[in-house]
Amino acid sequence: MATRVVVDPITRIEGHLRIEAEIKDGRIVDAYSSGTMVRGLEIILKGRDPRDAWAFTERACGVCTTVHALASVRTVENALGITVPPNAELVRNLMFAAQYMQDHVVHFYHLHALDWVDVVSALKADPKGTSEIARSISRWPKSSPKYFQDVQNRIKAFVASGQLGIFANAYWGHKAYKLPPEVNLLGVAHYLEALDWQREIVKVHAIFGGKNPHPNYLVGGVPCAINTEEVNAINIERLAEVGTLLDQAQTFVEQVYLPDLLAVASFYKDWGAIGGGLENYLAYGDLPTNGYGDPGRFKFQRGIVLGRNLNEVVPIDATDPGQIQEFISHSWYEYSDGDQAGKHPWVGETKLNYTGPKPPYEHLEVEQKYSWLKTPRWKGQPMEVGPLARMLVAYAAGNAEVREEVGAALKQLQVPVGALFSTLGRTAARGLETRLVARWAKEFYGQLLTNIKNGDSRTFDNAHWDPSTWPAEAKGVGLSEAPRGALAHWIVIKDGKIDNYQLVVPSTWNASPRDPKGQRSAYEAALLGTPVANPEQPVEILRTIHSFDPCIACAVHLYDESGSYRHQLDVF
Amino acid sequence: MEPKPLTMWEQMQLQGYSRRHFVQLCGWLAAAAGIEYSALGKVVYALETKARPPVVWYHFQECTCCSESFIRSSHPLVADIVLDRISLDYSETLQAAAGHQAEAALHNTLTKYKGQYLMVVEGSVPTAAEGAYCCIAGRSAMDIVQEGAEGAKAIIAWGSCASNGCVQAASPNPTSATPMHELLHGKPLINVPGCPPIGEVMAGVIVHLLTFDRLPELTDTGRPKAFYSRRVHDTCYRRPNFDAGLFAESFDDENARRGYCLYKLGCRGPVTYNACGVTKWNEGTSFPIQSGHPCIGCSEAGFWDNSPFYRQLPSFPGFGIESTADRVGAIAAIATGVGVGIHAVATGVRDARTRKADEANKGGE
Repeated sequence: MATRVVVDPITRIEGHLRIEAEIKDGRIVDAYSSGTMVRGLEIILKGRDPRDAWAFTERACGVCTTVHALASVRTVENALGITVPPNAELVRNLMFAAQYMQDHVVHFYHLHALDWVDVVSALKADPKGTSEIARSISRWPKSSPKYFQDVQNRIKAFVASGQLGIFANAYWGHKAYKLPPEVNLLGVAHYLEALDWQREIVKVHAIFGGKNPHPNYLVGGVPCAINTEEVNAINIERLAEVGTLLDQAQTFVEQVYLPDLLAVASFYKDWGAIGGGLENYLAYGDLPTNGYGDPGRFKFQRGIVLGRNLNEVVPIDATDPGQIQEFISHSWYEYSDGDQAGKHPWVGETKLNYTGPKPPYEHLEVEQKYSWLKTPRWKGQPMEVGPLARMLVAYAAGNAEVREEVGAALKQLQVPVGALFSTLGRTAARGLETRLVARWAKEFYGQLLTNIKNGDSRTFDNAHWDPSTWPAEAKGVGLSEAPRGALAHWIVIKDGKIDNYQLVVPSTWNASPRDPKGQRSAYEAALLGTPVANPEQPVEILRTIHSFDPCIACAVHLYDESGSYRHQLDVF
Repeated sequence: MEPKPLTMWEQMQLQGYSRRHFVQLCGWLAAAAGIEYSALGKVVYALETKARPPVVWYHFQECTCCSESFIRSSHPLVADIVLDRISLDYSETLQAAAGHQAEAALHNTLTKYKGQYLMVVEGSVPTAAEGAYCCIAGRSAMDIVQEGAEGAKAIIAWGSCASNGCVQAASPNPTSATPMHELLHGKPLINVPGCPPIGEVMAGVIVHLLTFDRLPELTDTGRPKAFYSRRVHDTCYRRPNFDAGLFAESFDDENARRGYCLYKLGCRGPVTYNACGVTKWNEGTSFPIQSGHPCIGCSEAGFWDNSPFYRQLPSFPGFGIESTADRVGAIAAIATGVGVGIHAVATGVRDARTRKADEANKGGE
């Protein structure tokens, strides 16, 4: 007999997400993913100044802050024919890299780790053993037995207080947790260290963009001026701080994040065969080295891997009305020409039309409409996006650095290439690309210094700033790679104002409901076959969903086949 | 029987901290909250005798930038706040439990600590479509927020979403996004606006409550005076350029490269009350104007509709006036256009002199 599981809210994500899954014989046989919150940003953008759009869209997400701002300024620049100066491209790349490092580290330690690391088990660890393990995998200096003893004492005191705060009521002691106590203690210690570290790297955003979260961007370049002879501009003191921050970040990524990732992964190799889901991977690519107009020289390649064929990269054209389309057959919207249609974003429509159950409700009408996310498709096919897609597309495109990173990780874990297509593969790909981005950031930094040394300090192109220079009508698209995957904005400008603005974000690709043909998107597909040992404590669902790093609002409950909720257990 | 929660001093002793360390920490906390040194004794007493206050942190229509900003706080560090100072019993961003287990943790606190917990809200609540635009665990945000408020000791509205509706409340506000002060009545409520608020400001508000067991003094729009009683314009280090009539005319022009005033590029500093010019962002690293972009006014109600952002403010109110955005608009229309005019004339002399000096410097390069 099948059991239906609902998880709502899915915590340790951005936004409101709900998963309903059907479990039979200890495995998931069907799943539904629902975004349960909407704000209507696309509606709000109509009629506004295109140069302001970055600020509105940046507020789509405060976790992957900056990425929508970048996509937005590229969209408007594409529409108006603006090419930004090389320094602006480099500053944008540095902000992009800082975002990846902060976001991926926070995802690993604060949003994902507690699916693999048992905090309670860490209390039983021998700190000497933890120290030996730490020193065997890294030269990170904070590794003495006394250090781990102090961390353990701190957690012991916390538990002794009887107020368990963020650790209350979780799945501690679940048999799916496989790490020895000593490794759990290592994970807890680095959870705390990473929380302290993450506020450092984002200072790169504060230096160039004034603040983080939500630094400032600018159509035509970047707002910060460079002047080596002025205290009121980006000068050598500011640049030196960026350089120091990048060095420190690279050290943390290489000496803490990557060794931890591989150490934890080595205990969970079975997850290299779970959670694969879709077989198509899409990446727009990013990090230009010769300007945004030359995608052939991006650090992350652009293209599609179809059917897990790593010998071919299929090109993407985001302006082709027949390639990328959004469907709403299972989403709470309506289209002027019927709900079965697919629409390219330039002619996209956003009209809210809630037809679900009136809250409070116990479950959604999954055969009808059940989400606030639209369903994007490429030539009618579902696509997974994100770090794994980026690594696979780059691998298939022959990117030597990516091939080396991926090959070394597979060798160290002693798992086959097929293990990439999994929950574990997704989590590992995120770490591997972080190491690459940390390295590339220093290249960009070096180039910026060289440009300035050679006398080029331009950061902004003024030629098309004034709306009087714009055509009466213009269309644009801006592509980027958010930490969570392929991100694009489309704009139609009429008479100097936004006539239509559409965002197709990574979690729309991954977390969307079914399309009119009944095809599942990435979350729903990846959950198929996932084992769930105890439906009352579905930590396995969290592992696979968190491996995508969701950026929406979700919720999950447990209910049995008759629709009644199961009682939850007091776990702690 | 429930074990008695340990006080912070007891916990620190267990962790091996000395009395000296403890008092030092109290000093940092006091500094973070803007408390005078003479009141340090009160901080020490508070942390010696109090168990960690329970906090429930709700997310509704938001982007989680407030949570992200909160974890950027450098004093106190967020790990210290979450592990040692408060008991964060519900937080969709950080808590380990999900689904039913998370909801049970929430309801346990609402029941067990009725009348004692601190409720903090990130996000606005949509009231259209009978609440269907934001649901958690199958319940509407409208229901959830009322349930939480009922037993709350005090409520903090984090960020512009909870304080004034922020971006989703911008015209035409398709979901009827509504801020807390319009929904919740009869409870102490603190607005901490900004998109997001500065991390140290958020931490400072919590530490203030924790230490003094009372609300900080608030402005007439319900914001802590300590952080929201001065205009960005009045605390801006570029203000002397404004007074001298030295303005950037375009991004990256000669004047922008000298760090002149961004008023003509649309700066909202003159109509924005926030701590950016003093506290700054990310451990004092910078703030928007310092990094060359005009203030967009993100702590003010209705700032999204006070756009285009790059259009120069037509005029702005005089010194020291605390006002709502509506009042600002009304006053701006009649009174201060004159004021700015006079101001411009008065500074014109200095303007010419400074420009001359600048030209002389340029010649010497």
